[in-house]
Amino acid sequence: MKTIVSRIAWLWILPVVLVAWEVSTRAAQAVYFPPPSVILARLHELWFSGPAAHVFLTDEAAHHLLPSLGRLVVGWAGACLVAIAAGVALGRSAVLCDVFSPLIHFFRSVPPPLLIPIFMTMTGIGTPLQLTAIVFGVSWPVLLNSLDGARYVDRQYLETCEVFGISRFRRLTRVILPAASPKIFAGLRISVALALIMMILSEFIGSTEGIGYRMLVAQSELDVPTMWTAIVLLGILGFVLNAAFLRFERHVLTWHRGARKTD
Amino acid sequence: MLEISDLTHSYGAYQALGGVNLTVAEGELVCVVGPSGCGKSTLLRSIGGLLRPTGGRVLVQGRPVEKVPDDLAIVFQDYSRSLFPWMTVADNVSLPLRRRGGDRRSRAAAAVEALEQVGLPAAAGKYPWELSGGMQQRVAIARALAYKPALMLMDEPFGSVDAQTREDLEDLVLQVRRSSGMTIVLITHDIDESVYVGDRVVVLSKSPATVVGDLRVELPEPRDQIATREHPDFVHLRAEVGRLVRGMRSGEPAAAPEAEAASPEQEPAPAAPKA
Repeated sequence: MKTIVSRIAWLWILPVVLVAWEVSTRAAQAVYFPPPSVILARLHELWFSGPAAHVFLTDEAAHHLLPSLGRLVVGWAGACLVAIAAGVALGRSAVLCDVFSPLIHFFRSVPPPLLIPIFMTMTGIGTPLQLTAIVFGVSWPVLLNSLDGARYVDRQYLETCEVFGISRFRRLTRVILPAASPKIFAGLRISVALALIMMILSEFIGSTEGIGYRMLVAQSELDVPTMWTAIVLLGILGFVLNAAFLRFERHVLTWHRGARKTD
Repeated sequence: MLEISDLTHSYGAYQALGGVNLTVAEGELVCVVGPSGCGKSTLLRSIGGLLRPTGGRVLVQGRPVEKVPDDLAIVFQDYSRSLFPWMTVADNVSLPLRRRGGDRRSRAAAAVEALEQVGLPAAAGKYPWELSGGMQQRVAIARALAYKPALMLMDEPFGSVDAQTREDLEDLVLQVRRSSGMTIVLITHDIDESVYVGDRVVVLSKSPATVVGDLRVELPEPRDQIATREHPDFVHLRAEVGRLVRGMRSGEPAAAPEAEAASPEQEPAPAAPKA
């Protein structure tokens, strides 16, 4: 029943909202709220009307969209790898955890956007700044969740390893990491959204390219429809990334849902 | 095979073991039974090297236990926390075999063979949580079997399954013992089970636990769930063990009819059977 309702909602809610938006913005003639048809036309013209050889991307898109995406993916993936490794190491070592805990809790309490101006003094404007901002924003939730997941591995899993003489390396790769993976994935999911935020913010503040920069330019030119295309584009991007991530998570954590269902 | 002398263990002020002495010969199947909370698990964990006892000595194959001995396997009560849910059944069984040497193929073959021995030849590619509780415990037993230990410890292995499954698993343990000849120490609070499965039943007192009874079980082989349990010697032994568990001297008449007190129905309710 619930699935039917949610399926129908997926089909009708978007068109209904779009039509309502179109009608009301046309009626109101609001300058700052262009109708969706105008936004979509601009979106197409600006970003996706390129030659087929470039997957329909315009030069504009290649110049602004691709660098943003590249930094997003590289920064996110790099930060996640390091944060998972650090989190698991801290989670498995009481000493390390005690030593670094105060530091971690201080840094993760600092709102990451606050540090972008500081980073800029160190990295200057451009890709290094974007990467630093994304890495810093992404690291803490992944680190803390990995730490938590690795620390609270069921004692009997570890005793089983001990009884059967599982080597330290295999204990880590075959038991601790999988046991911590539901927690790790919870952190990763938060971090996807954070990476997007940090990407845009750092492009607002210190960049000469990227979606965020393009939006600033549009604002200075009072080009309202283009500003809206950036918003729509980011909305779609966030949605697609989250959906892709969920798919991946569902695939990797099949066992987790299965085991929970029977317990 | 196993020698325990004056084993004591305290958790802070609480003394769980009060000087346990026990010797188990090669190939024996010894059931350790005692009242709930008497320190049975503490004893097993000390033998298995998972816990460092505060006093006394445990020798496995003549060597003092400091960490888990190489030739020892444990089957835990809670199979759902002992089998890894992210691995297939076959991977669970073959994971410990790496240290025994052999290539990937021979390890996989050993896992399949062990699964056949416990009657689960078709389960290799499944995940533990796709199986019933009884089948999961069979997988845990297969894992221990494939590991080919000299000594297998079982900690209330059938405490979480329904009565019918429990009987099947008891027979599985007997069959495994016959075919492999390994030494088994099985800990249980079920008096009937201890007599039915064991060559010997060792009775622990309330904590601080000491050995208050050590009875040899001489019932006709092979044992049979119906015939063995109605055998006069079985009935007699069960009564004897029941008295010892309740802290009465052997031969003393019981205040309550212990046939009921000792029957499995009176045990703490097993967890809901997992179909």
